Amino acid sequence: MAEEYQIDLGNLMAFDPHHHFPSLPSSREELVKQCLEKGTKLVQAVADALFNLPSTDDPDGPIVTLPQPTTRLPREKPLPKKKPPTKWEEFAKKKGIVQRKKDKVVFDEQTGTWKRRHGYDRVNDDNDIPIIEAKATDEPGVDPFAKRREEKKQRVEKQEKHRLQNLKQAAKVGALPSHIQLAATALPITGTQAVPRKASKNELESVAGMAATSTASGGKFDTKLAGEKPPKHEAKYRKFLPVAEGSGMGSLERQQTEKVLSKLISKNSHEILNVERAVNMYNVKKDKKRSNQQQRKSSSNSGKSSSKLKPKNNKPFKKTSFKKGPSNKGKSK
Amino acid sequence: MLQIKTPKTGRARREVQKRAPKLVESGKKTLILHGTKTSDVLNTVLSDIYHLKKGESIKYSRKNDSIRPFESGGETSLEFFSLKTDCSLFVFGSHSKKRPNNLVIGRTYDHHIYDLVELGVENFKSMESFSYGRKLAPRLGSKPLFTFIGEGFESVEELKHLKEVLLDLFRGEAVSNLNIAGLDRVYVCTALSSNKVLFTHCALRLKKSGTIIPRMELVEVGPSMDLLVRRHRLPDESLRKESMKKPHELTKKKEKNVSRDSIQGKIGKIYMPDQQVGEKVLPNKAKGVKRERREAKMKGEAKKQKQDS
Repeated sequence: MAEEYQIDLGNLMAFDPHHHFPSLPSSREELVKQCLEKGTKLVQAVADALFNLPSTDDPDGPIVTLPQPTTRLPREKPLPKKKPPTKWEEFAKKKGIVQRKKDKVVFDEQTGTWKRRHGYDRVNDDNDIPIIEAKATDEPGVDPFAKRREEKKQRVEKQEKHRLQNLKQAAKVGALPSHIQLAATALPITGTQAVPRKASKNELESVAGMAATSTASGGKFDTKLAGEKPPKHEAKYRKFLPVAEGSGMGSLERQQTEKVLSKLISKNSHEILNVERAVNMYNVKKDKKRSNQQQRKSSSNSGKSSSKLKPKNNKPFKKTSFKKGPSNKGKSK
Repeated sequence: MLQIKTPKTGRARREVQKRAPKLVESGKKTLILHGTKTSDVLNTVLSDIYHLKKGESIKYSRKNDSIRPFESGGETSLEFFSLKTDCSLFVFGSHSKKRPNNLVIGRTYDHHIYDLVELGVENFKSMESFSYGRKLAPRLGSKPLFTFIGEGFESVEELKHLKEVLLDLFRGEAVSNLNIAGLDRVYVCTALSSNKVLFTHCALRLKKSGTIIPRMELVEVGPSMDLLVRRHRLPDESLRKESMKKPHELTKKKEKNVSRDSIQGKIGKIYMPDQQVGEKVLPNKAKGVKRERREAKMKGEAKKQKQDS
């Protein structure tokens, strides 16, 4: 009898695929009664199978372990994806670095007590170091405490950067931890749904401003939307001063133009005097002067002796050291 | 720089983690809502379903004019509600001249519509119209039994589909351990014709029978109704395949060389490779056993012998 029914104990379901009403009963009560009768039989079949399962006793009643359901029902969400290994995990695997368990508390030799490894009141806390020994390589004027703090800050920032990089990598695969959202999104969670990006307020305002001013009249005659603000003016406003002369405000315009003019002139005045050229000229003049003076001196000297002897005099004067003899011989000739 | 957003409080984090995809899913939540117009019958049907599934269902009481599950574009707000409430089953009621007392039961996968069945409700009798002993009333959240009667559930495609949907809707949490004493309700579904199903909810009474198996007795506690199958949409084949995927981690690896016997219990086979005794190096290499020493000693003895001779 039980073989007629298909029983799925995992879902506590019984199915009679052979039953067929020869003719539907006319009255509703009759029909329901027949159905319940048939149902009772099926329920009895389920109970037969269920009560024959090995059970463990409990104060509330016998507890049985149900088998896996045979009718498969669809999942509600896709399977969770596996997180890709982080850069460090990849590196550690390559190098064969295995994580060891560390104690939560460590003995602190400075204070002689047991302290936490991380967190508040931890071992080797930067705040606990009263003295840093000076080294020969230390630069004078650098606060070693501030330097330490700065270095720590940089290390933390670096780690944060790496974490973000790893999260990005995980997001690409779709294996982001459920409590983390990258960028601003509307609703979190679920496996595959694309994350809609939300534009920021500033971005929206700038885009709206651009759109509003893109007509020929710069959006002057457009109808404004409710709550629309005029676009922000990024550049400086140009100021026009009164042209009519006077004292105070009236003289400002003159001052301004004079300022510009003097600036221009001073710039050009620098060019009027070509310093390089002037220096050159001065140098050349000086040279000429010196050479003239020298010539005059030499001419006064030659006036005393014969002018023809001058080169001859010069020669021995220059080569006295080794051509004295022969020159004398020559002279004697 | 990339922005990351995390829940600020522990409670929010837990709530978000509850919604994350899981390897083993516990139970599906149901969203109950209705269209622009509902009839009195339909209102009672929806509230009865809500009471049957109390604890794992959410009921919306506002009109929804943009929801038309079968039409393209009419499912967007439904999918949004599914995402918002984290429900993957929905029961949508509507009433019109063309389709009076219309009930659409559907499932979602990853917050997108998976399949749909449209039913017309006839001959409805609410839970309140039944009178029975107070002791009999099924307890909240108890695991129900199901009975499906009629060949239609196997031969007719619509009814086959309906059977699966009804099972998914009412089965509650998937459990592995069950207290048998806690069984107290049955859903009885009978195929009356190729598109009509009688659906009733009964309480179970366990009576003594003299054996360990008690005699079961059904008492109708309602709701009871005839469901007329109108339209239905089967899931996309690729989507169906994906949703039925079994997690790789949960599939048991085949156990080799182990068998079970009812008398002897667990029996394992062990294979031992041939022991190559001659080639094996002795573990204990004492000084005297070392080969070089032995040989040297022997040589020395040979010399001595020569000298003697």
